[in-house]
Amino acid sequence: MGDVNFFLGLAFVVFSLITLGGAVGVVTTRNLFRGTIWLMVSLFGVAGLYILLEAPFLAAVQVLVYIGAIAILFTFAVMLTRSLTQLSDRYNRVWVNLGGAVLLFVFLMMGVILPTWYNWTPSPSIMTATVQSTTDLGIALVDKNGFVVPFEVASILLTAAMIGAIVIARETDD
Amino acid sequence: MIPLWLYLLVSAALFSIGTFGVLARRNGVAVLMGVELMLNAVNINLVAFWRYTAPSEINGMAFAAFVFVIAAAEAAVGLAIIISIYRSRHSVVPEDASLLKG
Repeated sequence: MGDVNFFLGLAFVVFSLITLGGAVGVVTTRNLFRGTIWLMVSLFGVAGLYILLEAPFLAAVQVLVYIGAIAILFTFAVMLTRSLTQLSDRYNRVWVNLGGAVLLFVFLMMGVILPTWYNWTPSPSIMTATVQSTTDLGIALVDKNGFVVPFEVASILLTAAMIGAIVIARETDD
Repeated sequence: MIPLWLYLLVSAALFSIGTFGVLARRNGVAVLMGVELMLNAVNINLVAFWRYTAPSEINGMAFAAFVFVIAAAEAAVGLAIIISIYRSRHSVVPEDASLLKG
């Protein structure tokens, strides 16, 4: 990896450690409020990885939607339920599930990552100039040859999810 | 550039950690947090493959953006269901939500 820019590599290592460390904090902490904070840390690391992958719009959306909205939603859910007082029993069948997760990781390693690593040729031909910009993404989302139908379907899905969430969580006064 | 397989490694590790959280945690809110971690791992994969194999196409970024939408909808509905179950069963453990069990 002699051709890797040192600061780029350092940033990648730091963001990866933030992501994975936060994720481990999410699944191990007893106090779920702290788990939410760890989730924010992990999502922030993912936003950093998007920056490194030259997708700044996705990084901004990650911070706005995930850290700004979904993490706050989780905070509300933790506080509205009795999650903070049921701190004693964290896991069920922890070793079986841990073994399953490790097995999944090994499968992913052997199936996807090792072949990619084998065939990896450090090609400097990946040019920054050819990377699509945020403007192109915006145009593609409303282009009739692009993603306009999935875009509208996503809008309908979000509306339906919002109405559904309100209806499900509403207190019935009967 | 950072090799692609390093991104895949981080993504696979994040997905496995999320899977463990979904399978092993007893609290329903923590299970949903695990799902969020898994969705983020998938998104890292999508963006990494877009960046390294087809940076001149817009599809990878657009797919990642749609995954954001699905994640937001999933979190909203999932947490609403958990709060609703908590109201009727006074529990956030998914095993206690057994009203439909025969």
